[in-house]
Parts: sequence; C-alpha cells; structure tokens
Amino acid sequence: MSYLGYNVKTVPTGLRKILYVNWALVLLLTAVASVGFLMLYSVAGGNFEPWADAQMKRFAAGIIGMLAIGFVPIWIWRNLSILAYLIALALLIAVDAFGTVGMGAQRWIELGPLRLQPSELMKVAQVLFLAAYYDWLDPKKVSRPLWVLFPVLIILAPVFLVLIQPDLGTALMLLAGGGIVMFIAGVSWWYFATVIAMIVAVVFAVFETRGTEMQLLRDYQYKRIDTFLDPGSDPLGAGYNIMQAQIALGSGGWSGKGYMQGTQSRLNFLPEKHTDFIFTTLAEEFGFVGATSLLSLYALIVAFCIFSAQANRDRFSALLTYGVGSMFFLFFAFNMAMVTGLVPVVGVPLPLVSYGGTAMVILLMAFGLVQSAHIHRPR
Amino acid sequence: MRRPRENGEAIRKMSRRGMILGGVQTAIVGVLAVRFRHLQVDRADNFRLLADENSIKIRLIPPARGLLQDRNGRVIAGNEQNFRVTITREDAGDVVDVMQRLSRLIPMTDEDMAKTLREIERRSPTLPIIVADRLSWEDFSRVAVNAPALPGVTTEVGLSRVYPQDGDFAHVLGYVGPVSDYDLSKMESPDPLLQIPKFQIGKVGVEAKLEDELRGKAGTRRIEVNAYGRVIRELDRKEGDPGATVQMTLDHRLQNYAQARLGDDSAAAVVMDVRNGDILAISSAPSFDPNMFVRGISGKEYRALMEHDHRPLADKTVQGAYPPGSTFKIVTALAALEAGVIRPDESVYCRGYTELGKRRFHCWKRSGHGHVGLTQSLEHSCDVFFYELAQRVGIERIAEMARQMGIGVAHDLPMSAVSEGLAPDKDWKVKKYGKDWLIGDTLNASIGQGFVLASPLQLAVMTARVASGRAVSPRLVRQVNGQDIPPAEAPPLGINENALRLVRRGMFDVMNSKKGTAYASRIVDDTMRMAGKTGTSQVRNITAAERARGVISNDDLPWNRRDHALFVCFAPFDAPRIAVSVVVEHGGGGSAVAAPIARDILLQALHEGTPPLTAYPESQRQRIENQQKELKLLPPETDDTGKIRA
Repeated sequence: MSYLGYNVKTVPTGLRKILYVNWALVLLLTAVASVGFLMLYSVAGGNFEPWADAQMKRFAAGIIGMLAIGFVPIWIWRNLSILAYLIALALLIAVDAFGTVGMGAQRWIELGPLRLQPSELMKVAQVLFLAAYYDWLDPKKVSRPLWVLFPVLIILAPVFLVLIQPDLGTALMLLAGGGIVMFIAGVSWWYFATVIAMIVAVVFAVFETRGTEMQLLRDYQYKRIDTFLDPGSDPLGAGYNIMQAQIALGSGGWSGKGYMQGTQSRLNFLPEKHTDFIFTTLAEEFGFVGATSLLSLYALIVAFCIFSAQANRDRFSALLTYGVGSMFFLFFAFNMAMVTGLVPVVGVPLPLVSYGGTAMVILLMAFGLVQSAHIHRPR
Repeated sequence: MRRPRENGEAIRKMSRRGMILGGVQTAIVGVLAVRFRHLQVDRADNFRLLADENSIKIRLIPPARGLLQDRNGRVIAGNEQNFRVTITREDAGDVVDVMQRLSRLIPMTDEDMAKTLREIERRSPTLPIIVADRLSWEDFSRVAVNAPALPGVTTEVGLSRVYPQDGDFAHVLGYVGPVSDYDLSKMESPDPLLQIPKFQIGKVGVEAKLEDELRGKAGTRRIEVNAYGRVIRELDRKEGDPGATVQMTLDHRLQNYAQARLGDDSAAAVVMDVRNGDILAISSAPSFDPNMFVRGISGKEYRALMEHDHRPLADKTVQGAYPPGSTFKIVTALAALEAGVIRPDESVYCRGYTELGKRRFHCWKRSGHGHVGLTQSLEHSCDVFFYELAQRVGIERIAEMARQMGIGVAHDLPMSAVSEGLAPDKDWKVKKYGKDWLIGDTLNASIGQGFVLASPLQLAVMTARVASGRAVSPRLVRQVNGQDIPPAEAPPLGINENALRLVRRGMFDVMNSKKGTAYASRIVDDTMRMAGKTGTSQVRNITAAERARGVISNDDLPWNRRDHALFVCFAPFDAPRIAVSVVVEHGGGGSAVAAPIARDILLQALHEGTPPLTAYPESQRQRIENQQKELKLLPPETDDTGKIRA
C-alpha cells in the first residue's frame, strides 16, 4: 500500500510537526512517569539507586523515541506493520528456544548489550498488524468466519508462545488487547459471546484437569488462583503477597502516611515492591487521595487516546490509537485490580511506574505510534 | 481501492464501538475507585492495626534476678552473663536448613539438633526457642557475625543464676530452673515473664519461697521489625525492676565449714544464734551442685543423685524428722520440773531397767547407774530416771513442753517441706491409729524414742530456748533490699528459772564432768565452756532373738540399720551465744560421732573463723590440727591490699 490514500497535502511537514504533537498526552505520560520516579525513590529508602535513576534515563530515552516515531508518517508504520509482527513472532520463538530464564520464566533474550523481552514488543506489533489488517479489509466482510479466523490466529500464535514461557499475565493482555481491536473494527457481537462462553468452558476444564496428567496450568499458577480465591488460607505462603498488599494499601487510609513514611514497603513486608506491587507503596504513602489521583491520570491518558481516535477519520490510525490506549488501560486496570485483590496475581506491571526497562521504552514507542496517527491524521 | 474514510457507515460503527469501549473502561475505573475507597477509607482502621502488628512487636526484658547474700553481704546466689542463640520459626523460613548452617558454627550434636527441632515444631512459630546456651565468647561471636545468613536466628546475652559456693547452700537456697508447663499449670494468672522460653524460676528452697521478691518486674521494649523479623530499631524501652537483694542470716564461711565437716556422711547440722534466732549455718550432707540444675541436669547425673542411698537431694535439716533420742530428755526433765513432780534434789535408783507390768524397759547401761539425781541423769543419760519421770508427769505435759520448746510445731522459714516433727499425745494416737495411748508409749517418748520426731532445726531451736530461756524463733532473712527484717519477738518461755538452770547444769556436766557422756568433746577454753546433750536413736526394733544374743555392736549392722547419732549443744555456758544441733544418720552413738562434729562447728561459730587449738583438750590437739588441714575449705579472702581479712 502506499500513502496515496492520504491527503498528504494537509499533513504538517518538517519541524511544523512539533506543533501538532498531542502535547497534553506527553504531559500526562510525564506526570505518571514522575509518580513512578517518586515511588522508586521511596521504596529504595530515599535513594536514586538502584531504580529511580535508571528509570529516569529510560524515560528520557523513551520520550525521544516516542517523538521520533511520532514524526514518521503513519502510513509508513502501516506498511511496516506486517514486518513488525513477524519480527516479534520470530523473537518470541527464539526466546522460547534459547532465552534466559529469570524469575522462573523464560522471558528474556540477549541481543548484544540489549536485554529484550519480545512479549513486550509483541503487544505493540500485534495491535499494529491487526489495525493494518482491518484497514485493508472491506468493513462489510469483518464478520465473515474466514476473515475472523485470520486475526484470531494472529492473536493466538503469540498468546500460545507467551503462555509456554510461562507468562500468564502477558498472554491475557495479548488476548484481551487483540480482542478489543477486533471489537472496535466491528466484528459481530456473536463471536465475542461465543468466545466468552468458550472461556467459561476452558476455566471449567482447567479446574477439572487439576492434579491429573492432563493438567493445563503449572502448579504455581493453580496455587495463585487458590490464594486469590482465599488469601487467608496461606497467609505466610502464597497468600502472603495479597494479604500484605492489602494491608499496605488499606493502612494508607484517606491521605496516606506521608511520602517515604510507608512502613510496609520499607520494612520489606511487600513483595516486588519496585515492580508489580509498587502501587501499594503509593497507596500507603499517599492514601486514597493519591491512589485515585493516579487512577485519574491513567484514565485521562486513555480518554485522550479515545478522543484522538474518535477525531481520526483514518481507519488504521483510529484502530491503532484505540488498540494502544486499550492495551495501556488493560495494564493499569489489571495491575490495580491485582494489588487490591479483585483479580488473581498474574504479574502485570503498572505501566510507566513499575521499574522495568523494556516495558517502559516499548510503551512510549507505542505512544509514538499514537502521536504519529495524531500528527498525520486526515484533516 | 476503497478509502476507509469514504465509508461513512464503517466510521460510524467504529465510533459507536469506541464509545462502548470507553463506557466499559469508565465503569472499570469506577469499580477500582470504589475498591480503593473500600480498602482505604472504610476498612482503613482495620488495616492500620494489621500494619502495626506487622512491624511493631513488644518484647519483654527479663529483670535481673535478685541476689542472695550471706550476713556479711557476700553473694551466695548471683547472676552471670549467659551467651545464647535463639531461633524463631516464623522468621527462619526453612528451619532445618538454618539449623544445619548453625550446627557448622557452634558445637551441636545430632541429638541436640533433633531435640531443638522438635521443640521448634511444638512451640508457637513466633516464639524464640533457645538453640544453644552458655556458649563461649568465640562461638557466640561466630554466630553473630554470620547472622545475615541465618534468618530468624538471634544472639542474645542473658543472665543466668550461679551459685558461687556450689554445694554449700544447695539445700537451704535451693536452685532455679526453666519454668515448666507443670509450673504454669499451678498458677492462676502467670506472670507474662514466664512465657519467655527457659525463664528461670525458683524450684525449691529459698529460691522458690521468695520467688515473688527475687523475680523482679519485667521491662518492655517496643521494637520495629522487618518482614524477616530483624529488629530495625527500638522505639522505646522501659526498664523493669530487678529482683530484691535478700540478705540471709547465714554466714558463708561457717556454712562452708559445716558442709565440709559433715563431708560425705548422711548428716545435718544447724547453727543458731541463741540471742535472736538467726540461722548462721544450716547444712545437709551429702550435698549436690545446684549449678547442675540451672544448666540443665542430665538424666545420668539426676539418676545418680536419686539413687544415692545417702539421699543428697533431701534437705535433712528441716525435712528430716528423726527420733530425737536422749536429746529429748531435756524436754522431759523440764516438763517434770515445771509440773513439780520431782524435787531438784530428789534421786531415783537405776538398776538397769524398769518393770512395767510384764514388760521391761532397759536403761542403755545394763548394769544400772545406781542413785541418780536430775543433773546426773542428764550427765549419764540414764534412761530409768526418765522412765520414772514419765510415769509421774504423763505424756500430755511432755507433749506440751515439747511444743513449747519448738518440737512438733512448724517454724516459719522460707525453705521447702519444713517438717513439723511430732510431739505425740493421747488424742494424736487415737486419731492416727485408733488405739489408746499406753503407758509404755509415754516411757518410750520420755527418752525420745517411739513416736517422737524432731528435725535438726527443731533440736537447735530447743537448745537455743533452753540456753536463753526465751522462745526464740529461727529466722533466715535479715534484710530485703537493705531494709532490716526485725527478728521475731522472743518472749520468756515462762518456765521456772530454777528448772532451766538445773537442766543447763546437767547439760554442762555432760560435757565437763569426767563421767559425762560427751566429756571427750569438751572445750577447755574457760570463756567458751559448752553444754550439750547426746542422743542415740534406734531406727529398728530390737527383736527378742537379738536381745537373747546380747547387745549387737552397731558396727556389725548394715549401714541403714545402724542408730542415728544426735547431739545438741550451746556455748558459752555463762552467756550463751550459739546453739548447734547435729544429726548423723546411722552414725552410731551420739557421743562418739555427733558430738565432735558439733563441737568443731560450735568453735568455728564462736570464733567466727578457725578456732585456736588451745580450745581443744591437749591430748586432741594434734589430731584436730590434722583434721583441720584435711578439710577442703574456701580459700581465705583477701582484700585489695592482698592481706587476708579476719
């Protein structure tokens, strides 16, 4: 495909693009990331080392990357989407074959000095490819079985590869993110109803096969489900994370214990205090006010994506913006639901706040695509 | 190629779906906000409490146990630093792994390890369990240095009881030991201190009786701990009160001497200050090392103590109740004189026995003493004289006099199982055996045989009362925390002074008349003349067959069937200061066995140290000198200048 479909003349060029960047979104992202720096500084006991400093550098790199990607015309990204997907898929296969094992799962791949987590890359590549697919497909055909099967395979292939790492959280994100793009693209409700019915059936099967040789999940995954359903059953074992997270969160109260005054994280009662559970520290130190403020910031980012997509008459751009926004939403919503005990602990980081290199950079690059769609939207 | 934007329907549909998506996301954000509110506002107090429980722990600070001092302030039960290592299951994680690592640092047998692991399993996971106790400084610091690799392991310096004079005070002071479940079950609302693992409480003796004074009050410290149980900081600390310092009436040198003098005999000695009832020494032999019990006695050591036929664990001074034998004649004589049934100058003819109905009651001297008056009867310990007195005065008055002299009544001392002894009377026998009192019982009682029982303590009290004419009561505690405990009132006995003087005269003759039963054990120092009374009490009934064969020498009998040797004495005769009673179980005759021991202890007490040999009869000095050299006594104390203190 070419750029011929776009009204290239109305698109800003050169440095003028700076004026068309969605600066409000950049500001919001910076605000959320700053909350992250504050919290990483706090959980390290008032030190920039080892987390806050590194996180800030990555954020700076990520913002530059975002703007760079944003300045590249959107149609170029559309044309590259299939390539991005295939590269991500190849890397996922590679990581399964000879990746580095960390924290009981095989997620990393070493590319020279870079430590890459291909599943992170796949989250963006998948959205990109699905958006391109539905842009290409005649909207009248979207609900036809054959045309539905193809995107389903596009989604399930990486889901499967991530699941065997095993990384249940990311697999769920990929599944839900892809599903949302399909939903926005206009695939019939019936398919979603069918899938939900199937999920119920699978959940049933998962529990039924437990303990047999056919067991579908790993033991630790079953255990996580158990402790989610009843965290008190094993307060010093697997339920410990959930209990301690809720204690930290709840003890924050209305306005929190004050910055750097949280006892639960500082005294190591909290697990993974700088990654998946960083929200509990924030909630403990800044209370309900702080927690809802961060939630509002996140919600605003998603809202800006939705507004941007609504205003964009280009099908690919809109789908991509919805997709990235939804992926972002899924992350923070799932993480917050996880630490407040609404859903099982499946290891989903809090976007932009949790310490983590790949996730941060890739997320900002994804927002770069959103910026590109915003800058180059048809006018 | 169709342009997507030309397809209005598709755009509108996407926009609609986008709105639905936004709506669902808004709803989810709402759910999250409600959840935050639920946790952080509605249930905040609940979680705040849990957070504090997480990190703030209250630990008790065990108070230092009160010191026990002798009358001169020397510590006879103190505390020493004890380096130990504890483990808390909750914080240790893999207990077995941690224990194995620990076993490489400190000496620990597989058996110790299994025992500790069992203990850890049995106790609450939050309770620290002592893994090793009384570690050397090297072992202790090795554990402390490796602490980061040993989660849940804490090194601490505690205080542990120590008895510097080992066995000398074992019976009177008793010992402490870790509080047991049985101890706890006996208490209604146990002091929270007792929950501290291996907290030491008094088990017997003064340690147990004065437990409330000695224990002190626990202090508390609030500490902040992290998730691994490591103490981050101390929030505040309230020191407890150490237990009271209790000063005893005992004299550590005299006690040491008495214990050494009794040696391995199964014996008891009590030294009392006649003037105020202070117990200066109270020794039961053989003794044992109470420090063994504090450390935790092994099964083997304990069995050895239990199976020893001289019963080292029993406190013979107050628990032991013996037939007082002829020492009881003091009581009978006083009862008769007080009742006026005999005149001071009256004499009785002894032909070696008294006939009562068909029974013959023998005097110990088969050939008889001939005419004897009261003082001679004591001097020669003539039984027949007292058989006569017994018939005249009756058991009721003898029993009453015995109680007045402190036999058959409980003395209030902070010691374990203090025996009341027994001053039998008619009611007692009817109640106990359902049989009437017989006149023969009175005769036996009059010479301290039969039913009469007295502990060495009671014999000392009796002697002190005779010597002083006052109802002195024994006391053990002189000061508590520097506060004097006044001696109990000692009212006059209300016994005719002439009667007392006559009995004392008899006791003087026992020692100082050439024919006295204890002449060999006299003191020749005129300022310290002693008065005493021997006693030999039978522990067996002599069978008719034995009597037919004639008197059997004690030496031919097995040890446990020989007579008990008893002796009571006081000195100086003119102004009595010290009363001593000695009982040697199965020792044989009182004059030969008990009297020399009593004299040695008495002299030691009078001189407050080793007496000059001139106090002893000249013929005995060489032997006494050798004996003094052989005794293993405490080394003499030196003051700062290195001079030996008096």
